[in-house]
This record gives sequence, structure tokens and C-alpha cells, in this order.
Amino acid sequence: MIRRVLLLLMLLAGPAFAVSDPGEMLRDQAQEARARGLGQQLRCLVCQNNSVEESESDFARDMRKVIRERVAAGDNDDAVMTWMTARYGDFVRLNPRLSPLTALLWATPVLALLVGFGAVALMRRRVVVPPAPLSAAEAEAVRKLSEPS
Amino acid sequence: MLAPLGLFAIGGTSFYILLQRLGTDEYDPRRVPSVLVGKQVPEFGITEQPGLGGFDRSALVAPGKPVLLNFFASWCLPCVAEAPQLMALKKRGIPIYGVAYKDKAEKTAEFLARHGNPFAAIGRDAEGKAGMEFGLYGVPETYFIDGGGIVRARWAGALTDDIVSGSIDPLLKKYA
Repeated sequence: MIRRVLLLLMLLAGPAFAVSDPGEMLRDQAQEARARGLGQQLRCLVCQNNSVEESESDFARDMRKVIRERVAAGDNDDAVMTWMTARYGDFVRLNPRLSPLTALLWATPVLALLVGFGAVALMRRRVVVPPAPLSAAEAEAVRKLSEPS
Repeated sequence: MLAPLGLFAIGGTSFYILLQRLGTDEYDPRRVPSVLVGKQVPEFGITEQPGLGGFDRSALVAPGKPVLLNFFASWCLPCVAEAPQLMALKKRGIPIYGVAYKDKAEKTAEFLARHGNPFAAIGRDAEGKAGMEFGLYGVPETYFIDGGGIVRARWAGALTDDIVSGSIDPLLKKYA
């Protein structure tokens, strides 16, 4: 019974965020929630596939601090993202912006779909030409071959 | 028949080129390109390294001839590895400005006493704020700044012979 309860509790446990240090958090709940949301959209450049909110690296901690400083100073979300992108480039955004560089990336799903439709259309249009009927001489040859000797 | 073969050939060749470029370090998917390249040195604030003379942004805005800016720390092993490269560059008369990143002043002094001091001037970035203005994400990082204060290149990680002969030397020639 106790085991089952423990297992259930484990299932209920939410993901652990790296902001385990309460000193890092903002007093204002709404601001902290915004900061956390921003941190989840920013890439930790040291671990690269973690967001700065999930990473334990020093770099991510610095980023979290700056995000909270900016948020507390009254910057809106766009301003914080712009501040980060100006220093670390588009790569810092986990969700890349639409730009000439990323246009192909964003267009790929649509392009793939178009290619697929194109392939289907081509296959459907391919008409199977029925073979020409046998000439009289050929029919005669077939008849001779199929005759019991 | 030819189309799949052709596709396979193109794929194979591309993959081969990719592997080659990975091998020679021309291409590294983990490398983060610097947004500063082609731009003016950003605003930043550093403090003075006691006894070794500090500097500020004005030293880099219009240095007149190319300079290097190097972020380092006493706790950073690759910084030890690149120390001889920096000393060699100093001997060639290239001014190098150093920023001790998240380091204690006395540890920095110890590091310089042990591995040599290649720097024309040294500033301290105790909290890593100046580093952030440069888009720094680790130490060491080295920036090539031309005579007009424009950042022309950035290397993350220790400087190597290949970087000096393959990148720094051509840049020095170009912006001399």
C-alpha cells in the first residue's frame, strides 16, 4: 500500500527546474512566472539543448539573473528577448525567428507536403498504356504454339 | 535507375565533405557564431586589476592598429594552455588587452606570475557583466579588434597554432 502511494506521488511530481536556489527568485509571483517563461525560451549556450531555466551551468545561472534583473526593471518580454539576441545571436532563441536565414527551416514542412502531393499527383496521372492488339501473323503464331502437337 | 544512384552519390559526397570539414575543424556544429563580428566594440564596464593598470572601452574604440582582447580566468585550464600563444603574440608586438573573468584579484595575479603576463592592460569582470555585453559564453575567448574599433573575429576556446597562423596572421595583414 505504502509503495503504491509512493509510486503515485512520484507520478505526480513535476519537472525539477534548476532554479532551486530561492535567492534567485523574484518576490513578485507574476514577475517570477514571466522570468521563468522567458528562461524556457532561451538556450543555454554551454549545454546547447537545455533552456537556461533547466540548466545547472554557471552560464545559465548568469542568464537567469539577468532575465530577472530586466524583468524587475520593467522590461517587457520582447525587450528581454531582444536584449539577449543582440548579444548572443538568434541561436540563443530556442524558437528561431523568421528571417532570411531561417526561412528554409520554417518552410520545410510545407515544402515536404508539396513534394508529397506532387509525387502522388504524378503517380496518379501515369496512365498504363494497354499493349497493342496482336497482328494477324502473331495471333496465328500463338494459335500454332498453343495447339496440342 | 539513374535518379536514385545520383541522389545516393550526392548524399554520399555531401556527407564526406561534412566529415572532412569536421575533421579539420572548419565546421563545428557546437560553435556559436558571434553577433559582434563587423560591429563596434560594445559598451562595457570593468574594474582595474590592482597594480597592473586597468583600461576601459576608450582603449578599444579607436586603437589605431589591430589589438586583441582576451577574456581569461585563473580557474580556467584552457587559459593555461593558450598562455604560450599569447606570450608569443606579445613578443611580436601585438597589443593584447586582458579581462579577468569572474576571478579573484589575487588569483589573477598568481596566474599571471606563473604563466606570464602577455597583456598591455588588465581589467576585471568580477560578475561576468562585461562578458555578457560581448556575448561571452565561456573562457577563454579572444576578440580581434581592428584599428577602428570594429570586432573582426572571435575565437571561443584556447588559441592554437592553427588559429594564429590560419586566422590571426591573415587578419593582421588585412587590417595592418
